[in-house]
Amino acid sequence: MKLHRITALLSRHLYLYKRSFPRVLEIIYWPFVDLIVWGFITLYLAQFKSALPSVVVFFLGALILWDVLFRAQQGITISFLEEIWSRNLMNLFASPLTPGEFLAATMILSVGKVLAVSCVTVLAALAFYSFNVFVLGVSLIPFVLNLIIAGWCIGVLTTGLIMRYGQEVEVLAWGLVFLFQPISCVFYPISVLPEWLQAIARLNPAAHVFEGMRVVITAGAFPTSELVWAIGLNALYLTGLIAWFHKMFAACKEKGLLVRIGE
Amino acid sequence: MAEPIVQVRNLTKRFGEFTAVDGISFEIRQGEILGLLGPNGAGKTTTIQILLGVITPTSGEIRVFGRPFDGHREEILRKVNFSSTYVSMPQALTVEENLWVVAKLYGLDRIASRVDDVVKRLEMEEFRTKVTRKLSSGQMTRLSLAKAFLTDPQVLFLDEPTASLDPDIADKTRALIKEIRRTAGLTVLYTSHNMREMEEMSDRIIFLQRGRIVAEGTAAAIKAGYGESDLEEVFLKLARDPSARA
Repeated sequence: MKLHRITALLSRHLYLYKRSFPRVLEIIYWPFVDLIVWGFITLYLAQFKSALPSVVVFFLGALILWDVLFRAQQGITISFLEEIWSRNLMNLFASPLTPGEFLAATMILSVGKVLAVSCVTVLAALAFYSFNVFVLGVSLIPFVLNLIIAGWCIGVLTTGLIMRYGQEVEVLAWGLVFLFQPISCVFYPISVLPEWLQAIARLNPAAHVFEGMRVVITAGAFPTSELVWAIGLNALYLTGLIAWFHKMFAACKEKGLLVRIGE
Repeated sequence: MAEPIVQVRNLTKRFGEFTAVDGISFEIRQGEILGLLGPNGAGKTTTIQILLGVITPTSGEIRVFGRPFDGHREEILRKVNFSSTYVSMPQALTVEENLWVVAKLYGLDRIASRVDDVVKRLEMEEFRTKVTRKLSSGQMTRLSLAKAFLTDPQVLFLDEPTASLDPDIADKTRALIKEIRRTAGLTVLYTSHNMREMEEMSDRIIFLQRGRIVAEGTAAAIKAGYGESDLEEVFLKLARDPSARA
């Protein structure tokens, strides 16, 4: 793995964002709109405080953290789509760049996107609803890191599918992550799911993060067990998905798809 | 005789039932320009894409700089580059930014002076700060060539490199390729549908038809073998009747 090839890809995307106002707007606009809409719903629900204690922290905290996962996934998938849209894949993969370096660059890029989006959502939550996400304390750091890795997992999966099946499945870049939302238990505890779905949700690292967040809010305790589950599942999935991505990459070279995608 | 830089043995590529490249073997020696000629769908571009490692061959062996491509991909591709009319570059970046990204990708030093040099050599000064999406097709082709020359490759694969260029720039581009070949021993695999250009550029020509080599030699030898005075006539003969023999 060569650092100069990773930084080359990073500069390629930074040049892009420097010049593209719509792309910058996209980072700010959707998280901001989401937060405003959900924020007012949360304020309404806060009137029923006795039935729903800590509702503001539950919802707004969850919303900000969900966006971390979503942007981490998008950071990988959209970067790959940018290469397809500009018919640049052959320039990249006929160079010494390896698929591993490509993924590493997009993962770093996704962290940048997460940071940018988080600044918007954290500041907007503070300005509009006087909600400070840092009330979650030091737990916030492992939560965020695990959500970024969970986002990477979905990003690698989506990118591999787009690479293999072409632009026909491009919509997965925006849609697939939402398939995981119900079983991530972002806005409700795992216990509200039917039992069979609870079993599936427990295999989702994001569900453990959001469950852990609720433990912090309600009990004030550090959710060690939930974090251990999240870390273990993330490590397992990320390793497996990176290996799968390399296999898909080899299959695409075998079928000649890498040079035909986007044509 | 110079050492072969690229060696291809029994290269075959099948996509399902379709055979795009059918057991071809050839060598390119250091400083040689080998022309790859053939009608659309003959397997020229697929052969180049296999040599660049973006398509995996079904069978056969490729050695570049004496080393098998498999297992030495990164080492080989550091010294190889390509230009193709069919490949674009990031549209939202300027010409200069695109070249900087390529330079970083190949780990080059003295990037600013290298970019200046290639921009000057390909007469791109007037559009070096222009966003790529605003380039004309000829300017886009020059950017693609600049990308290829920027990395000082030892082997260059050029897939219809002058297709969108006006005669003046096309002539200057051919002169530049020949100059780099003369001064740096550049080895080139060249495809074109322009027969005059093919004759002018190539030391040797391989004629592909339906993935197979149907003729090979210098332009003069191929013309003589088919009893034609013009390479275009040989092309038409072979394209319309693949069984035609010298």
